[in-house]
Amino acid sequence: MSLRKPAKEQPDNFEFNTSSLEAANNIISKYPKGKQQSAVMALLYIAQRQNNNWIPLAAMKYIAKFLDMPYIKVYEVATFYTMYNLSPVGKFFVQVCTTTPCMIRGANKLVEACKEKISVNESELSDNKSCSWMEVECLGACVNAPMMQINDDYFEDLDKEKTLDILDKILNGETPKPGSYRGRVNNEPENNRKTLMDLKNA
Amino acid sequence: MLKDQDRIFKNLYNDNGSDVVSSQKRGDWIDTKKLTDRGRDWIINEIKDSQLRGRGGAGFPTGLKWSFAPKEVGSRPHYLVINGDESEPGTCKDRDILRFEPHKLIEGCLIASYAVQAHVCYIYIRGEYFVDGQKLQTAIDEAYEKKLLGKNAAGTGWDLDIYIHYGAGAYICGEETALLESIEGKKGQPRLKPPFPALIGLYGCPTIINNVETIAVVPTILRRGGKWFASLGREKNTGTKIFCISGNVNNPCNVEEEMNIPLKDLIEVHAGGVIGGWENLQAVIPGGSSMPLIPKEKCETLTMDFDSLMAEKSGLGTAGIVVINKDQDIIKCMARIARFYKHESCGQCTPCREGSGWMWRMLERMAKGEATKDEVDMLGDVTNQIAGHTICAFGEGSSWPVQGLLRHFKKEIENRNNLDPIIQKKNNIPYLVDQHLLDKKNA
Repeated sequence: MSLRKPAKEQPDNFEFNTSSLEAANNIISKYPKGKQQSAVMALLYIAQRQNNNWIPLAAMKYIAKFLDMPYIKVYEVATFYTMYNLSPVGKFFVQVCTTTPCMIRGANKLVEACKEKISVNESELSDNKSCSWMEVECLGACVNAPMMQINDDYFEDLDKEKTLDILDKILNGETPKPGSYRGRVNNEPENNRKTLMDLKNA
Repeated sequence: MLKDQDRIFKNLYNDNGSDVVSSQKRGDWIDTKKLTDRGRDWIINEIKDSQLRGRGGAGFPTGLKWSFAPKEVGSRPHYLVINGDESEPGTCKDRDILRFEPHKLIEGCLIASYAVQAHVCYIYIRGEYFVDGQKLQTAIDEAYEKKLLGKNAAGTGWDLDIYIHYGAGAYICGEETALLESIEGKKGQPRLKPPFPALIGLYGCPTIINNVETIAVVPTILRRGGKWFASLGREKNTGTKIFCISGNVNNPCNVEEEMNIPLKDLIEVHAGGVIGGWENLQAVIPGGSSMPLIPKEKCETLTMDFDSLMAEKSGLGTAGIVVINKDQDIIKCMARIARFYKHESCGQCTPCREGSGWMWRMLERMAKGEATKDEVDMLGDVTNQIAGHTICAFGEGSSWPVQGLLRHFKKEIENRNNLDPIIQKKNNIPYLVDQHLLDKKNA
C-alpha cells in the first residue's frame, strides 16, 4: 500500500465554480438515480482541476455534502487512489515511470534529470514554484519506455538529454509537445514494420 | 506470420484515422443490425464456437461468461462493464484500441450488450489514460450523432447508453470486483466470490465484465464467423492477439499476431531482435509482470498461447512481453516488480499487504548481496504464504514473479548472498517468527 497524508496547511473553504458545477451535474446524470455516490471519483478530479491540481480536505467535505454521502467515504476514496494529490504540486506535475520495463531502458536517467532540474527530492516544488516531480508505477506505455507524464500528456521514447530539454521548457512556462521524442509513429516498430504495409504506403 | 487480411485491428498504428467514417471504410458498423437480428443465442454460440478467451489475463472463455447472464431480465437491470484499467507492467495494448480503434470497441459493446440484455454499459479506463479516454469519448459522441448509440442503436432496435468512468491510479481496480466497487464510488477493494458478478455485480445487478480487447474483436468474429477465428492459432487457444514487446529489444512495438506464434519470431522478426543479439538474452517475462519469467534456454522453442505457457509454469496473461538481456541485473528487475506490488496492494488481506512488502525488502537486500543463506528459502516460504491466501488473484500475481525468479535463478541469488544465517541452531519449531531469540541464553 502507498502511504498518503493530507497537507498540513489547508484552506477553510471550497466550492465548485460554475463550470465545475455544470461538469459535476453532468457526471451525476450518468449513473442511476440514488447511485450518485458513483460520481465521487469524477468529482474529486473536478475539484483537483479547479484547485491547482490538489484536493484540500474542505473539497472532500463539500463533495460529501454534494453527493449526500458520509465525509469519511469521500476521504477513503481520496486517500486510496494515488492520482488524487492531497498536497500542493507544481503547475507542471511530472510523473516518471520507473517500473521494470521502463527501468531496464534507463528510467533512472530521467529521474536524474528531474533531480538536476526540478528538485533534489520528489514531491518538492522547483525554485520557481512551477514544477514538481515524482516516481510512479507503470503508466501503461511500456513499448515507448522510458517515458513520463506531465499533467495529462505522455512523453515517450526519452533519454536524459531530451528529458532535460523538456524540463527546461516547462520551467520556462512553455508547454512541450507530447508524444514520442524519437520521431516514431505511435507504437509501430521503428524502421522495422512488417505488417499492414499497404495501409502505411496508401 | 499472420496474413494482413486476417488482422482484426487494421488501424493499430493509426494509418487511416480513428473517426467513424474511416472506421466504416475498414468495415465497422456495416450491417450491425444483421448480426443482432440473428438473435442472442446465435451470437453467444458463435462466440463459443470461436473459442475466444478473455484477453484481460485470466483467459476465461467469453461465450461461456456471457451465457451466465440471466436469460430473462428480472426486477434488476443488467449491466455490461468494460475493463480498460490496463496497468499490468509490460502491457499497453488497450491504449491503442482506445485511441485508434474506438469504433470496434463501441460496436462490440452494442453487440455484447444485446447478447447479455444490458441497456447501460460502463467503460472503466485508468485515470492516466485521460487523453486516450477523451479520444474514445469523441468516438462515442460521433456514434450518438450517427444514431449508432442511444435509442434504437444502429437500427438494431436495442437501446444502449455508454458511459466512461475514469479510474485514479489503482492497479487493483483491474480486478473485476474491485472495478465494480470503484464504479460504485468506493475504495477499489475486491469482493469475495461467490456471488459472481454475472448474478450480483454492479449495484447488486447482473453484470458481465470483459476486457477492452475481448469486446473489440467480437464484431469481426461475428462477421467472419466463429469458424474463421477458431482456424487461427490452435485448439482452445484460437484467434489473434495484440502482443506488446518491450524491454531490451531493438524495436519495441505492439503487433497483432496469431496465437501460438513462437516467441523467438515475435522478438526477432517484429521487435528487431534482442539488444546485443539473441545470445545476450537473459530471460523473458511472457505475459505482464505477474507471470513467472522464462529463462533463455526455454525461449528458443516457446510458443505463445495460454496452454503452452501454462505448461512452462508461466502464463500468457495480457501478452505483455518484457525482454530482459544480460546487461540487466535480474534480481534487481524482480525487486522492482515486487516494489510495484507492494505499492499497489489494496491492503484488504493481511498476507498480501504485509507479504508484498516482505518480498520487496528481501529482494532488495538480495540484489545488494546483504541477505543470509537461509533467506532464499524463506523468501520462497513467504510467497507460498501469500499465494492462495487472499480474496483476489493479486496474491498469486505478486508472488508468481518471485517464485519464477527462485525457480530459474536460485543459483544467482545464492552466489551473491552467502552470509551465515542469523539463527545458528535449528530448533525446528514451525511458525515461530522469533526463533533467533532462542539462540540467546536468557531468552
